[in-house]
Amino acid sequence: MKNKIHVLDGNSAAAEVIKLARVKVIAAYPITPISPTIEILSEMVDSGAMNARFIRVESEHTAISYIIGAQLTGVRATTATSSVGLALMHEVIGVASGCRLPIVMPIANRALVSPWSLWCDHQDSMAERDSGWIQFYAENVQEVVDLMIMAYNIAENSSVLLPVMVCFDGFLVSHSKQLVFLPEQKEVDAFLQEYKPKNLHLNTEKPLFINNLTSPEDFSEMRYQQEIAFENALRIIPQVQKKYFDQFERKYGLFEEYRTEDAKIIIICLGSMAGTVKYVVDKKRKEGLKVACIKITSFRPFPYLELTEKLNNIQTIGVIDRSAGLGAQLGSLALEIKSLININNQKFVNYIAGLGGRDITENTIENIFNDLKTSNIEPSKKWIDTSPNACKIRRIEVEK
Amino acid sequence: MNNNLISKSVNTCAGCGLEIVIRLALNILGEKTIIVIPPGCAALFSGYSNETTISVPGFQCNLGNTAAVAGGIRAGLDMQGIEDVYVLGFAGDGATVDIGLQSLSGMLERNDKVIYICYDNEAYMNTGIQDSGSTPGNAITRTTPGGKLIAKKDILRIVESHNIPYIASASVAYIKDLRNKIERAKTVQGTSYIHVHTPCPTGWGFQPSQTIEVAKKAVQTAIFELYEIIDGEKKTNKTINNILPEKEYLEIQKRFKREE
Repeated sequence: MKNKIHVLDGNSAAAEVIKLARVKVIAAYPITPISPTIEILSEMVDSGAMNARFIRVESEHTAISYIIGAQLTGVRATTATSSVGLALMHEVIGVASGCRLPIVMPIANRALVSPWSLWCDHQDSMAERDSGWIQFYAENVQEVVDLMIMAYNIAENSSVLLPVMVCFDGFLVSHSKQLVFLPEQKEVDAFLQEYKPKNLHLNTEKPLFINNLTSPEDFSEMRYQQEIAFENALRIIPQVQKKYFDQFERKYGLFEEYRTEDAKIIIICLGSMAGTVKYVVDKKRKEGLKVACIKITSFRPFPYLELTEKLNNIQTIGVIDRSAGLGAQLGSLALEIKSLININNQKFVNYIAGLGGRDITENTIENIFNDLKTSNIEPSKKWIDTSPNACKIRRIEVEK
Repeated sequence: MNNNLISKSVNTCAGCGLEIVIRLALNILGEKTIIVIPPGCAALFSGYSNETTISVPGFQCNLGNTAAVAGGIRAGLDMQGIEDVYVLGFAGDGATVDIGLQSLSGMLERNDKVIYICYDNEAYMNTGIQDSGSTPGNAITRTTPGGKLIAKKDILRIVESHNIPYIASASVAYIKDLRNKIERAKTVQGTSYIHVHTPCPTGWGFQPSQTIEVAKKAVQTAIFELYEIIDGEKKTNKTINNILPEKEYLEIQKRFKREE
């Protein structure tokens, strides 16, 4: 069933799914560009359309703390954030994952300070990539809907029990109104079971002290359990995606391949830029170039085995990172990809683009394809869309 | 003590003031309580690895989010119609008046139905005696080797400005008074905040046998006042007719003595 068509932006799509998932406690703090999500949720609760408690807390640190407390009592609880809000949560992010709480949290990606920026890049969520949360990246509003619905099912699977960030590009997806299929309540009820805590639970009938000091004898084992949960997730995610396809006829994978069948040059990326890459792929294909796109949907767990197989016979691979990966040889996504390929036989270039709200345009992607055709292996990052006088802007002359 | 919900052997320091408070609090609140404890001395009761000393459900939160987690637990219980469970935030002065002040203020503003007990031992004791906002002026700690130059932060006045239904100060030297206050907190529809003056022999420099004596002297010298504020009305619980000179409190503790 394809469901009814709605006009939604990413923020309202996230709010609609939180309602459809029958979340009972929402604690949130306003931050651009995800504020509309929490405004919509507060309206849904106020009007009675949603049976939940909505609390505008005094910080993101409290938002994540509050929903951890709520979810531990046995209900779905959520928050939503961006940028410095996510950074402020950092101390508590690992508590949700360490306590194996299947919280689903939408993130509208926005650059981190400094300098201040309101606009999209991926540094906020990339900074949390090893925090024990599953991370999905949505290309468009439809993917926000679908990935969020699937996220509850995946997170709550008893062999996974990991929290999930569903990341979508600030403004580019969060504020872009698109036609989407939105399932109805009874269909989501059929897909998502009623929430029951499967692990840690604050219940006076079965007292349990949660999250106390843990000795070196146990700590590694508890981390290892999380590692195993990610391995399980690599198996469970495709199963849930299959189930979703059977019910809603929209197909997902750990990554999406676009015209890869005979490709010689491939761009790997994540988020909304994939739409532009696919568009340019079509254009280049008309010119006779065998180009393709792979969009990573699940960044954590990272689908390394499946990707290794796919990339085995690709001559030239370009990876676009929308975060700088400062001090590292490569950006976060490129580091993952480089470890999967044979650098001696395959050409590999990492591009940094689209930081702090800079558009990744058709032109940017064309430049990348042209560069991939001509350039040699780059041992480090290539800042493809930076102005030639980058080191001269806002320069302050200091008296000597 | 009947209804003892904390095991007998806990490795707090000899003469620990806070041990009295936590044992009494759970004794009064009973099994239908969920306790939230941040890292700090009280975390000794959370236990270590697969052992805990507490037989009610509990959660060890981060240092700055006791009130946030407690509020969230209450919201989760509310949404399931569970009304017969007390939610107890149990934090020291550092986790309350310093790093936890923001989340405390948020909870007080919302008037979440939480009983928040701050055991005030007037410094970061569990990390080895560093001064907090609640350390009194002139007190020597590891981070105020010359004596603290700043006066003690008056958290009770900060709490009062949030207009919650029940606020109390209490002392481990006046157990009956403390008991009455926790009993009253059980009946409050909203937040109750109880601030307990909790001497620490290790950090303050007195004999473990003197904990109650030191606590009592703080009240008798009028350095620590026992009162409650019920729906905005302040009531003094212990009127001191013959106020003792302050030195009787200060001189029995090493922390106020600078070695010449």
